[in-house]
Amino acid sequence: MPNVMIRRNDAGDLLFYVAKKDMEETIASVETDTAESWGGEVRLTDGSCWYIDPVSPPPSFPTTLRFRRGDD
Amino acid sequence: MTTMNREEAQALIEEVLAVYPEKAKKDRAKHLAVNDPALEQSKKCIISNRKSQPGVMTIRGCAYAGSRGVVWGPVKDMVHISHGPVGCGQYSRAGRRNYYVGHTGVDTFGTMNFTSDFQEKDIVFGGDKKLDKLISEINELFPLVKGMTVQSECPIGLIGDDIEAVSKKKGKELEKPIVPVRCEGFRGVSQSLGHHIANDAIRDWVIPNRDGDTSFESTPYDVAILGDYNIGGDAWSSRILFEEMGLRVVAMWSGDGTLSEMELTPKVKLNLVHCYRSINYITRHMEEKYGIPWMEYNLFGPTKIAESLRKIASFFDESIQAKTEKVIEKYQAEYEAVVAKYRPRLEGKRVMLYVGGLRPRHVIGAYEDLGMEVVGTGYEFAHNDDYDRTLKEMGEATLLYDDVTGYEFEEFVKRVKPDLIGSGIKEKYIFQKMGIPFRQMHSWDYSGPYHGYDGFAIFARDMDMTINNPCWGKMQAPWMK
Repeated sequence: MPNVMIRRNDAGDLLFYVAKKDMEETIASVETDTAESWGGEVRLTDGSCWYIDPVSPPPSFPTTLRFRRGDD
Repeated sequence: MTTMNREEAQALIEEVLAVYPEKAKKDRAKHLAVNDPALEQSKKCIISNRKSQPGVMTIRGCAYAGSRGVVWGPVKDMVHISHGPVGCGQYSRAGRRNYYVGHTGVDTFGTMNFTSDFQEKDIVFGGDKKLDKLISEINELFPLVKGMTVQSECPIGLIGDDIEAVSKKKGKELEKPIVPVRCEGFRGVSQSLGHHIANDAIRDWVIPNRDGDTSFESTPYDVAILGDYNIGGDAWSSRILFEEMGLRVVAMWSGDGTLSEMELTPKVKLNLVHCYRSINYITRHMEEKYGIPWMEYNLFGPTKIAESLRKIASFFDESIQAKTEKVIEKYQAEYEAVVAKYRPRLEGKRVMLYVGGLRPRHVIGAYEDLGMEVVGTGYEFAHNDDYDRTLKEMGEATLLYDDVTGYEFEEFVKRVKPDLIGSGIKEKYIFQKMGIPFRQMHSWDYSGPYHGYDGFAIFARDMDMTINNPCWGKMQAPWMK
């Protein structure tokens, strides 16, 4: 359950940053991304998958959230 | 030797790796790569931030070096106690040339060494009492000290002293921030973890200090310079450019910096990051907590300076942007004269670099402005994101080497035959004895500053006087000819 900092890069994409693992990846897709909630399965550009229970209301980025490893 | 193509560069790497035993070879192969600027992500070609192989000569430092030496050390109005045996502090004292203004020993303490000088009995019975006494002593001898940090050396972690408890107690007693930093040298694989630990200590002990205090009058043009350690005056030659642009520099981290500047940083509008590697953790924290955007800039060489200044100006209104153009115009004659003078003398020369946090990629622009070419570069302690940024800066089929060993570096140099090497003091004399011009790119070889337009003139002069020094033609004894 790593703490993940999510922020936007210059191009407006969301970045998924795990300080402990020294990993920064772009988020490719988010399962739920509506006006009410944000979360579910989050897929990164390197193919890995992470899970967070949808946050409601959607958080304002940058922010730190706790993710679980998603099952592929 | 002319420039290599991909296959030749790959063959060179194979050849250099051939002497290693199978296991070491497999590991080192991941750290050496031929650059492909088309790649977006470095992890496809190079692995970094891994433990060095036992038995090879690595050029890395330790976590204590990263915290005491790099991030905390230059904060001039605090005393940084090297808590542990005397050597770590004494042998690294004042070696980094981070300049500052002030009266050393009165209101600033940058070049002094404070240590708890651990003896056998402190290891056996613990050093907490000694630390307590030491902090009181420092406060009595140097009443203008604004705060202290306790920088742990290896034994502190090994014997499990509770420096946090002592720091809390003394901080209350003296009403000054006393910051415990758990930067024992054995932590992590290189000085990089020391940067992270130091950043975390700043986050926990310094940044929130003035959260409720609104007495600081801010302007819409407040910025902070982060990750510039003022080596040879670098931060000063950067700062004047920002001020000419119309920005107000509130804080300098940490070259010529003070504790109150650091405390005021959450009130700025934009964080300007120079050394991404050593300071990104705290900028990310400030972005999240205070909503301060941050950007990386590069003030080496006129091309990159103009690019960076314009990018910084784009965060502000048109008056700043107009002033920025004026600044670039103002210095144009100056830097064109530098290029006109030195470019003919340096055109086509080839450089190999092996440095630390940001220079292996940042100085490339300055060399290119002088018509030189960087044919190989590498970092001591970079992570993947540093190499991501490097791939685009380097040319096709140039060498990348992460945590290069002494042997590999020498072999690469023997084959590539560069006209100049830029690295540190440990490499300097080996290569000079091999007859290759060398500049120290950590300490600017006791010259500097190299940042900004003023720095570029010094940079060009230094490179010229090194490469075109007549001594390189006299390496062979007359009777050997």
